[in-house]
Amino acid sequence: MINNSGLNAGTISGRWIGNSMINSRLQKMIMIIAGVLLAIAATGCGDQQPASGRPTAGTSASAVTGKITVLAAASLTESFSTIGKNFEQAHPGSTVTFSFGSSATLATEVNQGAPADVLATADERTMKLVTDAGNASAKPAIFATNTLEIAVPAGNPGHVTGLADFADPKYKTALCAKEVPCGAAAQKVFADAKITPKPVSYETDVKAALQKVEQNEVDAALVYKTDVAAAGDKVHGIDFPEASSVVNQYPLVALKDAKNPDGAAAFVAYVRSAAGQQVLQAAGFGKP
Amino acid sequence: MTSRTATGSRPPVLLAIPAMIGLAFLVLPLIGLVVRAPWSDAGSILRGADAWLALRLSLITATIATALVLLLGVPLAWLLARPGGRFRSLLRAVITVPLVLPPVVGGVALFTVLGRSGIIGRPLYELTGFAFPFTPYAVVLAQAFVALPYLVLAVEGALRAADRRYEDAAQTLGARPVTVFWRVTVPLIGPGIASGAVLAWARALGEFGATITFAGNFPGTTQTMPLAVYLALQTDPDAALLLSVLLLAVSVAVLAVLRDRWVRSW
Repeated sequence: MINNSGLNAGTISGRWIGNSMINSRLQKMIMIIAGVLLAIAATGCGDQQPASGRPTAGTSASAVTGKITVLAAASLTESFSTIGKNFEQAHPGSTVTFSFGSSATLATEVNQGAPADVLATADERTMKLVTDAGNASAKPAIFATNTLEIAVPAGNPGHVTGLADFADPKYKTALCAKEVPCGAAAQKVFADAKITPKPVSYETDVKAALQKVEQNEVDAALVYKTDVAAAGDKVHGIDFPEASSVVNQYPLVALKDAKNPDGAAAFVAYVRSAAGQQVLQAAGFGKP
Repeated sequence: MTSRTATGSRPPVLLAIPAMIGLAFLVLPLIGLVVRAPWSDAGSILRGADAWLALRLSLITATIATALVLLLGVPLAWLLARPGGRFRSLLRAVITVPLVLPPVVGGVALFTVLGRSGIIGRPLYELTGFAFPFTPYAVVLAQAFVALPYLVLAVEGALRAADRRYEDAAQTLGARPVTVFWRVTVPLIGPGIASGAVLAWARALGEFGATITFAGNFPGTTQTMPLAVYLALQTDPDAALLLSVLLLAVSVAVLAVLRDRWVRSW
């Protein structure tokens, strides 16, 4: 925190350079800001540490060891964390490390050479960025599907009944911005249903939209079914018949430059196995 | 610190090298923005109405937020700088918190007080049907929340450096405390207030996290320039680059003008 020692340092350097107290204040502030920036930079780098562990054992799939780095869409956070733990138990000697984020960001990271073994995205558009650049080791496999659901605060205080309420300005509603996958899906749902939504906000990602519902600041938002399930008691989901017209396909692939190709292949296979599918479907994902 | 006596006003090489690296660290990314911006497509990208709406909203809300910060922050700094306050270190810690708090957390914190279900927000909503979130007022509040500490710390520094004898003299001559504050203290620390206000304005203009959390994102109402840049980055990195350069150019221009006009002693 900003304690006395920081203050003293600022004052001393200020006097030493020979400036006024105002400048020493400014310097102190700049030092604080620089410190915070450095801390953020350090954390950011930490997330992208290269996978240093090389596979040490044999190459047979039953003896997968070493570190496996998986980049996965934010909506997979809960289910992939569980799958990772299960995988480590099934393959002693292996460690699975995740970096969760926006699919578009992850795809860019892979194309910029981020050291990773497996990539799983929330739609095929973002995966295509990686396959087009020639960075996938094979054709990506669809391992799960996701559909949209209306999320309302617990108890549904706004008395939202269906998709048509999004067109009524009487209801405060939030959607994802069309630039992000959940927003693109929402746009298509409304276009298919011939409804013109009148939201109060276009949120930058699905979790932000969900957060507005959790805080009871909007009467409803259109999010993924799995996000409603992950949000627990604060949020209630309302299914709507039009949802089936837009189904997001989740692809995953082992990457061409994987440092641990055997581990990558084993993890991909595990996600698609019965054990992996069970975790995903419990979280609300649909079958591929 | 030992070199203090060795060389006169010339900084030693040992300091000049990291200083130059530091300068490059700050300036090179900005040059990168300008160099990589897609200038040939600038016309067609900037003709998109949303960018101008966002820039206009950013400039207006940041300016109102700065006015609010001045109104609340100068008295707060005065309180903080008064000698002998027992809870001053606690007060300073509280004021500094928004500097270190992730802005998104700041936005959530604003919800708990001013949101539709907030401590003040709920009775307000039930009485009037008005709620702050998703309005330009929410943008201003989010910006003021993150910018206030910058002004308070700058003004407090100025107050501490100011010569208190002028105030004492005015008081001895029979001026009331309020008169002393407005007629003596404020002019005395004018440059400190100005530089604090400029810092606060710049911080408000760049505000992203608290705004997206507390105010949402709707073109023309709550979508400020940083939000427009972030969304453009998701699908059209070229447009994001160009919007960033535009915001950078506007901020640098305004800061330069302000500096020349009002912040001479900076």
